[in-house]
Amino acid sequence: MTPTVDSPPVSVPVHFIDRADRALHDEQLRAAVRHATDLLMKGRQVALGGLEDSDVVRDEARRIRSRVLSRLPDILDRWATNLEARGGHVHWATDADEAVEIILDIARRRGARLLVKGKSMASEEIHLNSALEARGHEVVETDLGEFIIQLAGETPSHLIAPAIHKDRYDVEKLFTADAGHHVGPDITEEAGYARRRLRSSFLEADIGISGVNCAVAETGTIGLVENEGNGRLCTSVPPVHIAIMGMERIVETWEDLDVILSLLARSATGQPLSVYTNLITGPKRPGELDGPEELHVVVLDNGRSAALGTEYAEILNCIRCGACLNVCPVYRQVGGHAYDSVYGGPIGAVLTPLLNPASPGGRELPEASSLCGACAEVCPVRIPLDDMLLRLRHRDARADSSRMRRLGFSAWSWLWATRPGYALSTAAARRSRGLASRLPSRGWLGAWREFREIPPMGRRDRRSRP
Amino acid sequence: MRQDGIPPADRRFRPPKNPRITASHHGRQETHVSGPRTGGGDSSPVTVFSTCTVDSVGPDVATCTLNLLRRLGFDARLVRGATCCGQPAWNSGFGTEARRVARRTVKALTRTEGPIIVPSGSCATMIVHHWAELFSGDRLARSAAAVADRTEELSQFLDRRGLADSLPERTGDTASTTVHDSCHGLRGLGIKGESRRLLAAIGTPVTECGTAERCCGFGGTFSVKMPAVSAAMADEKLDDMVASGVSRVVGGDLSCLMQLEGRARRRGLDLEFRHLAEVLDGADPDQAATEGDRR
Repeated sequence: MTPTVDSPPVSVPVHFIDRADRALHDEQLRAAVRHATDLLMKGRQVALGGLEDSDVVRDEARRIRSRVLSRLPDILDRWATNLEARGGHVHWATDADEAVEIILDIARRRGARLLVKGKSMASEEIHLNSALEARGHEVVETDLGEFIIQLAGETPSHLIAPAIHKDRYDVEKLFTADAGHHVGPDITEEAGYARRRLRSSFLEADIGISGVNCAVAETGTIGLVENEGNGRLCTSVPPVHIAIMGMERIVETWEDLDVILSLLARSATGQPLSVYTNLITGPKRPGELDGPEELHVVVLDNGRSAALGTEYAEILNCIRCGACLNVCPVYRQVGGHAYDSVYGGPIGAVLTPLLNPASPGGRELPEASSLCGACAEVCPVRIPLDDMLLRLRHRDARADSSRMRRLGFSAWSWLWATRPGYALSTAAARRSRGLASRLPSRGWLGAWREFREIPPMGRRDRRSRP
Repeated sequence: MRQDGIPPADRRFRPPKNPRITASHHGRQETHVSGPRTGGGDSSPVTVFSTCTVDSVGPDVATCTLNLLRRLGFDARLVRGATCCGQPAWNSGFGTEARRVARRTVKALTRTEGPIIVPSGSCATMIVHHWAELFSGDRLARSAAAVADRTEELSQFLDRRGLADSLPERTGDTASTTVHDSCHGLRGLGIKGESRRLLAAIGTPVTECGTAERCCGFGGTFSVKMPAVSAAMADEKLDDMVASGVSRVVGGDLSCLMQLEGRARRRGLDLEFRHLAEVLDGADPDQAATEGDRR
């Protein structure tokens, strides 16, 4: 089912439920997602145990993030002033189109042929690659996972592990097709191929593009964490570095950054700190050997400021660790592509309908949850994700539900607002069990019986023999 | 027509062998189950809110909850006239409808005495944590808050009052048992050790499954809106239970048990699913249920 270089991409179904269904039939995808998320969650647990009291650190992180949001314009302003004083250029983009235009302008001015990219979800959000390619620029993804999915012609299916749905045999096929000779399935061999293949790109690139994990206002710094070194190469080898930053990804001080970083890698991959922590304050200065001649940071709003000051504001506290995806029992079954959004899992199911309030595809995502609350439990900055999913259902359910569903809830509520109505319907439910398990049924009863029996009611025969 | 949802003369239930008919101080005729009154309750009144799931698909759970509490010495009564906490509509985004139904339940529970005991972590969470918002600005807001203050989930109630030691130990119950932690009980009310301590007290050791805290996939209307995903979620837990070699799954929420059992039956798995109230009450699956509340 997974599209490879050989098979043309299959059309994406309109609804989550159909995309999920497709994923449920892809055993390889499900096994890969289960395996990887289990590993990440185990790592997280161990790593958080390494903090003296992770709950205290999480509370502190939440306070830091909420304080930033309460004064975001001031803090961004201070950060921009400091960065510009050190020779960086700050660009403000209201939406995806503006952000793309800014980057295309720079690429045009520099006559850029080749651009290398480190992992950046914000660049996915603005669909940067297709815009650059349409103008004749070549873009090479340099994060191993991103490189794999670029070869596959796909989009990331996880915040921090974009190719989480692929195993080494998928990679073997993709790399073999790319190389023209056999590569893999040995993981070291595959990684070695990617390293050699990408090295020349780093050296030839005209522009390096990256995301930003967390900026620091007091010095005008941008912080970028990664494990492969590709981020460091992207931001220091090419003559121009463009960073794309969600407008909320900032803290005030280095002390605050310390708290955020102490949680980010632990929650994401189970590392105390990522292998590379790049803290960039301006372009190359006179006398320095490394670093870009130009540093541009594109600050992206793209719907975020609409959430500021609302009951959903805390969603902007997200540090994009991906722990909520790893723990989500729905994500675990269907993977990230089922969400058909840049952001999948619980954070995606909240963020997508907030950033695109009019998109029907985004508005149905809050339904893709059993409201089990595991996401809120693991969130390092304690975003009440399940509450927000529920709030979004309250925002959209009435307008988006079928007439049948609205009438159904209305009829139910009038019936159960009375004692006789309740007594009659529960008695009917108790007595019609046999009938309900035999008669052909549609609607919700049919949906139940498609996968489940109707269990017996009494204590007798509570063994689940069919 | 009885109003409380407990089936009176369902042919599937046999009456208790030696019912002791007494007149309560309210003058109603009641059926008490003979058995050791192990004390603890001191005849203080407690109210059981059976929940709509129990009334619709598992009335035994209400019966067992009442029996258990009475045996522990409480004057346990089933609330009359309550319907549903409103959660099915609330979690689907239909607040007005949820409030319409829950109003009936608030009114009924307001008229009762003592702690309100709910044999469901999910319904208890709805009352304790979500009613404040559901009834915000409503004329029943204060009543709803008062009811919420009195509400406790069953295992929480028993554990907080140290009643585990008053439960009779059962010998010969050798079923290898695991516990499913229902999401709302676990994350909404912080219930985890309660069921294990209670089970330990009656001599039932618990085999822990790695997926104990993972959602069963029920999620109310989620189970029928996204049935395939819901079933896949159940499957992972069921596979883990089978691999752990357990034969009985105990939970505090009938809805989760219904989901897991429904799926297990479809797959032909040899697992038994019991509500904690049933196990603590000592109900033997091969023995008929005792008669419930007669009001």
